[in-house]
Amino acid sequence: MLEAQAKFNSSELLEKIHVGTSNTFQWQGKEIPVAAVPWQAPVTGSIYGVVFNFKAQRDGFEKYFTQKPYLAPPKRPVMYIKPRNTVNAHLQPIPVPKHVDALEMNGTLGVVIGRDATNVMYSEAMDYVKGYTIVNDVTVPHDSMYRPQIYNKVRDGFCPTGPWIIDKNQISSISSLKIATYINGSIVHESRLDCLIRPIEQLIQDVTSFMTLFAGDMLLVGLPHAAPTAAIGDRVTITIDQMGSLENQLVEEEAYQPGGERK
Amino acid sequence: MRQARVACFGALHDAWELPDHTLKLADGRIVPQSEVVWLPPVQAGTVFALGLNYADHASEISFQAPKEPLVFLKGPNTFIGHKSQSQKPLDVTYMHYECELAVIIGKQAKHIAREDAYQYISGYTIANDYALRDYLENYYRPNLFVKNRDTLTPIGPWFVPAKDVIDPMNLRIRTYVNGALKQDGNTSDMVFDIPYLISYLSSFMTLRENDIILTGTPKGTVHVHDGDVVVTEIEGLGALENIVIDDEFNG
Repeated sequence: MLEAQAKFNSSELLEKIHVGTSNTFQWQGKEIPVAAVPWQAPVTGSIYGVVFNFKAQRDGFEKYFTQKPYLAPPKRPVMYIKPRNTVNAHLQPIPVPKHVDALEMNGTLGVVIGRDATNVMYSEAMDYVKGYTIVNDVTVPHDSMYRPQIYNKVRDGFCPTGPWIIDKNQISSISSLKIATYINGSIVHESRLDCLIRPIEQLIQDVTSFMTLFAGDMLLVGLPHAAPTAAIGDRVTITIDQMGSLENQLVEEEAYQPGGERK
Repeated sequence: MRQARVACFGALHDAWELPDHTLKLADGRIVPQSEVVWLPPVQAGTVFALGLNYADHASEISFQAPKEPLVFLKGPNTFIGHKSQSQKPLDVTYMHYECELAVIIGKQAKHIAREDAYQYISGYTIANDYALRDYLENYYRPNLFVKNRDTLTPIGPWFVPAKDVIDPMNLRIRTYVNGALKQDGNTSDMVFDIPYLISYLSSFMTLRENDIILTGTPKGTVHVHDGDVVVTEIEGLGALENIVIDDEFNG
């Protein structure tokens, strides 16, 4: 069993739990089915995503780097923000807007920051990490990376996160882990955390060189290449080795009741 | 009454401006403005910023005004209070201020109609949304490296309640650098006005209390240097002062 932290009751604080590969987790000595509790997203701070950090995604876009309107490859991490209304939880629905046929399911790793981080060096970066969680960066498909309209990424419920944060010291080699995406039980995408252009330590160094990451903030390590899409009714599960799985079902926006986040 | 968040007497306080311009703390103590440290007047939730939202500024750095709002997001790390220092990396040759009317959302809502938009505003303040144009890259423009650096978004001094601002779409908006007037516009020249922006954003996402919309800047943005005193001023909201200093540790 691995040590983890999560929110699943009325407490604002993270509860210490133990998780394994079964469909149960342990809390205060009790064995509880994962599906039996109302999970809340375990993150509270700002969420920053990074584009072109999985090698395959970068390679796939490489031919455009020198064309208009980009003209040159990016030098610094290309980042975006998932605002607080997007935060969603394990087993909660993902709303699909009207006039959109399918949404991208960008399964990725969320690195949760444990203490305020400014100008952090590569060699000390892991001291600032609290742990890891699973994230599905839900996105309306779009081609341009030049100045994408925010509505592609910032809709309510567009950032399922969880179910828990695995304490960082429970994972011996984060780069050896694999991310898999399943739609209705069939595997549709895999990516590997040893294929990051900037590994986690480098991302933390580069990002905190100009902006402070606060305790509770979360960095998404990258977007997968050719993310799979899902439509209303589909059940989407993102798994990361050793860390568990994050499952959500897509619903019509009109039927959506925000329940995955706490005000 | 204009409200501020200040540090003095060893603690943080809410403070209100009295007619003689002294500050009254919640516990009744009165303190001169010169004796406090000013903090951002609002703890920001989601922060939206508008690119090219004044037709004259759009023509200054682009060719035409946008047909749809150009919105980007900012993080809470970037804010500092009135009368503080913004750090300019040493390698930056083009850093400019942007005086902007900041609209503060007062209550949670989605799908807000334009005609109802003002009901969802709690108040206003001034933001100076500095940009480091040297760092512009053509991905997710304007990239966070240009717009979200620590210390580069002074905000304040006051939270001004919405009821005290009669017509937010007709306010003179000015910037002075070392006392010289450099930017002089009016919020009436916004391409997308405040009700439009609130309606637009809430059409695809829930807005919440203390979300902030930085509504863009008029023309007249010029490079600033180490030691420059930059005052961004909006009619009725006060004057937000900031000093640019070279960041000796970066750039």
